[in-house]
Amino acid sequence: MKKSTATSDWILFIAFSAVVLSMPIWLAPFGANYPDLMQKFAIFGVFAIGFNILFGLTGYLSFGHAAFLGVGSYTAVWSFKLLTMNVLPAVVFSILVAGVFAYLIGFISLRRSGIYFSILTLAFAQMSYNLAYSVLTPITNGETGLQLSLSDARVLDSMVGISTGRSLPSTTLFGTKMSGLPGFYFCAIALIIGFFIALRITRSPFGTMLRGIKSNQTRMSYTGLNTRPYLIWAFVISGMYAGLAGSLLAVTDPLAGAERMQWTASGEVVLMTILGGAGTLIGPVLGASLIKYFENIFSAFNQGTLNQAFAALPDGIQSVVVDVVSLFVGEGWHLTLGLLFMITVIFLPGGIMEGIRRIAGLFSRRKDKPSTGAAGTVAEQS
Amino acid sequence: MDALILQILNGLDKGGAYALIALGLTLVFGTLGVVNFAHGAIFMVGAFCAVTLQKVLTISTKVRDESVTLFEAYKEVPILEAKFPVVGAVIVDYSVPLAIIFAIPVMLLLGLLMERGLIRHFYKRPHADQILVTFGLAIICQEIIRHYFGANPIPQSAPEIVAGSANIGAFLGLGDNVVYPWWRLIYLMFSFLVISGVFAFLQFTTFGMVVRAGMQDREMVGLLGIDIQRRFTIVFGLAAVVAGLAGVMYTPILPPDYHMGMDFLVLSFVVVVVGGMGSLGGAVLAGFLLGILQSFASMNEIKSYLPGIDQIIIYLVAVVVLLVRPRGLLGRKGVMED
Amino acid sequence: MDNTVLHVADVHKSFAGLHALSDIDLSVREGETHAIIGPNGAGKSTLLNVCIGRLRPDSGHVVFDGENLTGKKPHQINQLGVVRVFQTPEIFPELSLLENVMIPILAKRDGAFRLNWFRGFSGETSARAKAEDILHDLGLGELTGSEAGSLSRGDKRRLELAMGLAQEPRLLLLDEPTAGMARHDTNATIDLLKRIKAQGMTKVIIEHDMHVVFSLADRISVLAGGRIICQGTPEEVKADPRVKEAYLGEEQV
Repeated sequence: MKKSTATSDWILFIAFSAVVLSMPIWLAPFGANYPDLMQKFAIFGVFAIGFNILFGLTGYLSFGHAAFLGVGSYTAVWSFKLLTMNVLPAVVFSILVAGVFAYLIGFISLRRSGIYFSILTLAFAQMSYNLAYSVLTPITNGETGLQLSLSDARVLDSMVGISTGRSLPSTTLFGTKMSGLPGFYFCAIALIIGFFIALRITRSPFGTMLRGIKSNQTRMSYTGLNTRPYLIWAFVISGMYAGLAGSLLAVTDPLAGAERMQWTASGEVVLMTILGGAGTLIGPVLGASLIKYFENIFSAFNQGTLNQAFAALPDGIQSVVVDVVSLFVGEGWHLTLGLLFMITVIFLPGGIMEGIRRIAGLFSRRKDKPSTGAAGTVAEQS
Repeated sequence: MDALILQILNGLDKGGAYALIALGLTLVFGTLGVVNFAHGAIFMVGAFCAVTLQKVLTISTKVRDESVTLFEAYKEVPILEAKFPVVGAVIVDYSVPLAIIFAIPVMLLLGLLMERGLIRHFYKRPHADQILVTFGLAIICQEIIRHYFGANPIPQSAPEIVAGSANIGAFLGLGDNVVYPWWRLIYLMFSFLVISGVFAFLQFTTFGMVVRAGMQDREMVGLLGIDIQRRFTIVFGLAAVVAGLAGVMYTPILPPDYHMGMDFLVLSFVVVVVGGMGSLGGAVLAGFLLGILQSFASMNEIKSYLPGIDQIIIYLVAVVVLLVRPRGLLGRKGVMED
Repeated sequence: MDNTVLHVADVHKSFAGLHALSDIDLSVREGETHAIIGPNGAGKSTLLNVCIGRLRPDSGHVVFDGENLTGKKPHQINQLGVVRVFQTPEIFPELSLLENVMIPILAKRDGAFRLNWFRGFSGETSARAKAEDILHDLGLGELTGSEAGSLSRGDKRRLELAMGLAQEPRLLLLDEPTAGMARHDTNATIDLLKRIKAQGMTKVIIEHDMHVVFSLADRISVLAGGRIICQGTPEEVKADPRVKEAYLGEEQV
């Protein structure tokens, strides 16, 4: 890892903020500049950044992070129902509750490492998911999902005399409705703050200790470090990020369902992180955005649009092409996701950031020594 | 007492499925050192072998419906039955057992392809990479199945002759209250048979001896100049066949759908962990034990004391075992204990 | 023996019925360099592992400066000031040399755990300066920014030593510090260890190389078959016939 000075970190941070805040402008040519999608970029960016603090820095692969996302969503919706439609308390409570929840699960799961840790987190997430669907229905509203209703108490709102009238209220930030662009900017600010904290953590002695754990955990204890609290904190912090992401989902759409906690959802955040590049700062956000972007595009296709798209082809070929392509789009988006998963792990374990670094390395080496062939550096032995 | 026996029986057939899947998982882990998250998908593909065969056998044609005499009516009848009235009907009826014959080569091929094409390149990679890449593969299998078979469960029926229930109670002299579907009983027998087959194979053949030695100490066996690699490929194929057959035979009990693999995978992993990573006996023991435990937990008497316990009992057991006895029930000391 | 720092009292350890250590009784005095020698498989590394908490003795105990180390966790033992330098380099291969040395420095300064996540790692200027000094001392000054995993084996061993020294331990346990080093590296290491000796750091050193042992050790314990067969000054040990038989003999013939 390259040494970064404080100045270059500030440049990175400012550039990151600028890119995030100007999304509505530069995403326009891609047709992706509508708030719903940009919100998703920001929200899952937060989720992946948090996941990366655990997986990227310590190397502990959690397969249960979706549980914290779900807990965050439920908490936020309850805050909307009971207290106020203002989003700030919802976000704060979600982070706290997810943090406590992560502490409980982390406390037990971190007694083990390696695949046992993965399986333990998976087991806890499945437990949460199953319980959310069954016994915890009073809290989670089971399969229907937790929703706002007209009869909600909203104690704080009614104290200051905000009444919702006959329609369901929408989430606000002191009066500004959190839908459309304002909603995006709220999520974007959360992402920027999240990125800043992650940046500080990565560059801090604490972060260095976490990377030490990934590199050689045994050596850490013989160096006088108690790795357990380090790991627990990393786990709790990343759980809090997931809680924040969950609350933001509820902010943009005040609804929480148990399917958010399913382990395939945990798998998705793993993919985002490794696709972008685990252990890097930008990678997880990049991975999250790419996946959400392509999900948006791929899911939109259906048989009809495909037939249209390939209408120019002769009939027989057209139906074959449409049949093959339809495997990957629309409902089949998950297949593409699985494929992407495998391709990344097999060919580019370091993710896109690693790819960029290699290409950059290729160019700088070419400048130095024009004779060195490209083949040796690009070919990946898997 | 009756209820107790019934619950044990109910747990046993589920336990049989857990045991068969977990057996393959632990075999692959013990020999190849690979954590295979796609093993559940193999189980699911096996189940869909049965579905496919049934679909093929029941490709229908329109024939005159003789029972309607007033006008010309037509009904859909499987071609097989139309052509060979007696034999055809029997074949259609026995499509699930017949699927075993169909599934064995398919699963073997799938297993070999997976090992040669993918798993082989991940022997030396970290467990996290193995988990991730096989997880991706599992998603792909599951989505392909969904694309071609849809998202809804597809019920399969057991042969007519074993459609009813066995009066186990009367057989054991306990009265008529303990009845148990014949097919579940058959499944139980079947899993015992397959498990004994695998154990006998590993115990009594030289091939099995080498594999067992390889599980104890891979490098040592490699040093002896034995081509352990090729044998491991076959082991992987064997594990795939076992899981596939478990899937075929399970279809009359649980209508297969595309995500059954994932559901069983998570549970089977838990079974492997509880039994002890790399321990074959442990996987079988834990499979049946957890199956029974789960079926007890879903008794109303217990659920009313501990609501939701049936949903989480297996995970709860896994958590306790991992914390108290990380090597599992029958795991060897020092194997993957951290 | 009033100034004993480390006391290994009556330690037994066996693996699967094999006695790796039996009746080990050993006292290391403040400020001395105590060498443990013995043929391969004599139990030297096992003894060190018992001292740092990697292995738990079957019976007996290890006392450091009045504190019983038996049953303590490795990081607790390290925090007491007992630091081990490993024979096969145990480093952080993905981190830079500087980070490799700064981690032990921060571990000593901040204790076993500290959540200082907001502070910049690069802002730890005094720790950084100290780490750079040590690396420079060991001839690794040019490489502070490179990845530790890319070092040659000899350099890795020096880095390992730097990580141990960075903690300014009260007791340094060295496991064959010069094994696998070229002659002039060995001499440089001996010089370095002599300098530390002058600073009064207590050391226990396991070594095969008699040249190293006799140029550094104040006292020597000879371990053979899991027992201490002889203990004394270098001269006494040289003169002991049992030692010649068990160890020196085979090399001098």
